[in-house]
Amino acid sequence: MNCIIIDDETTARVIINQLCSQIESLNVLAEFSNAMEAIKYLNQNEVDLIFLDIHMPDFTGFDFIQTLKNPPKIILTTSDSKFAIEAFEYDCIVDYLVKPILLPRFEKAIIKAENTSAKATVNASDEVETISGNDLYINIDRRLIKIDIPSIYLIEAKGDYINVKTEDKNYTVHSTLKKIEDKLPDSIFLKIHRSYIINVQKIIDIEDNSVLIKKDVVPVSRSNRPELMKRLNLL
Amino acid sequence: MEQPNQSYIKSLSAGNIEFEKKLIAVIKSEFPVEKETYLENLAAKKYIETAENVHKLKHKISILGLEKSYGVAAQYENDLREENTALKGNFETILQTITDYLITL
Repeated sequence: MNCIIIDDETTARVIINQLCSQIESLNVLAEFSNAMEAIKYLNQNEVDLIFLDIHMPDFTGFDFIQTLKNPPKIILTTSDSKFAIEAFEYDCIVDYLVKPILLPRFEKAIIKAENTSAKATVNASDEVETISGNDLYINIDRRLIKIDIPSIYLIEAKGDYINVKTEDKNYTVHSTLKKIEDKLPDSIFLKIHRSYIINVQKIIDIEDNSVLIKKDVVPVSRSNRPELMKRLNLL
Repeated sequence: MEQPNQSYIKSLSAGNIEFEKKLIAVIKSEFPVEKETYLENLAAKKYIETAENVHKLKHKISILGLEKSYGVAAQYENDLREENTALKGNFETILQTITDYLITL
């Protein structure tokens, strides 16, 4: 299998390369320290397998996967096991390796990659959807916490994280605004700025280019303002 | 205080001394930069960024076989996301232990 390695840490790339060198069927075509370089490479080259770090500055491993139209098989490499559940939402992810990676576990992942068909992984993804139902489960410190979706009033993007604000509590989750947007009902939630999604039922007032929601003043971008105005029951 | 070791590096290398030298050289060049970035972000109270730095350093801690220290780093990373720096002293002791060890290699 032709593979590439994406990890911003040189040490990690050296280690994965070494592990690959011990598996005859693997051929490392290239290594990348950031996802953008890898995207350019993938536009011009075909690969069978990607070793992908989740934690990268600016552009996470999950962000990267979402940019790929026909992703090859992917093995996630990370220092955290807390993203394992999220990983199952992606059809292309065949395994999840927690650093430091040992050779026997690495070999197992490669066997899995060689034997996994795209169809099998689609089923895994569906299961997670069923479990989710109408509530939203977020992964914090290896615990899946259930949130009542209507209680969410604001979601704010902060780098690789999002702050989910509810009536009772705020949660910081390693995810993207795009991912949570896809999970929320359009009838209640609206993205009003590239960094904010609001529950339109919780708006207190709107002034020029901002919305007051609970005690938070949230900016409304010019491009999102018409959609917001459409949602209001204006007198 | 547990001490760093090369057990993991040796198990990876399968006797390939060139690989061991290469990996140690990379760690020796990457670790001080990551440590410095961590200290800068912490001083600037950029807690999310600092947590990311700890996350990266956590990998080096595990490569050097510091299992208990890895647990401290993991907890510290989570705490930093809530702006809690209670484990700062313990974590920085780990960083110093690694710094001292890398000098000997």
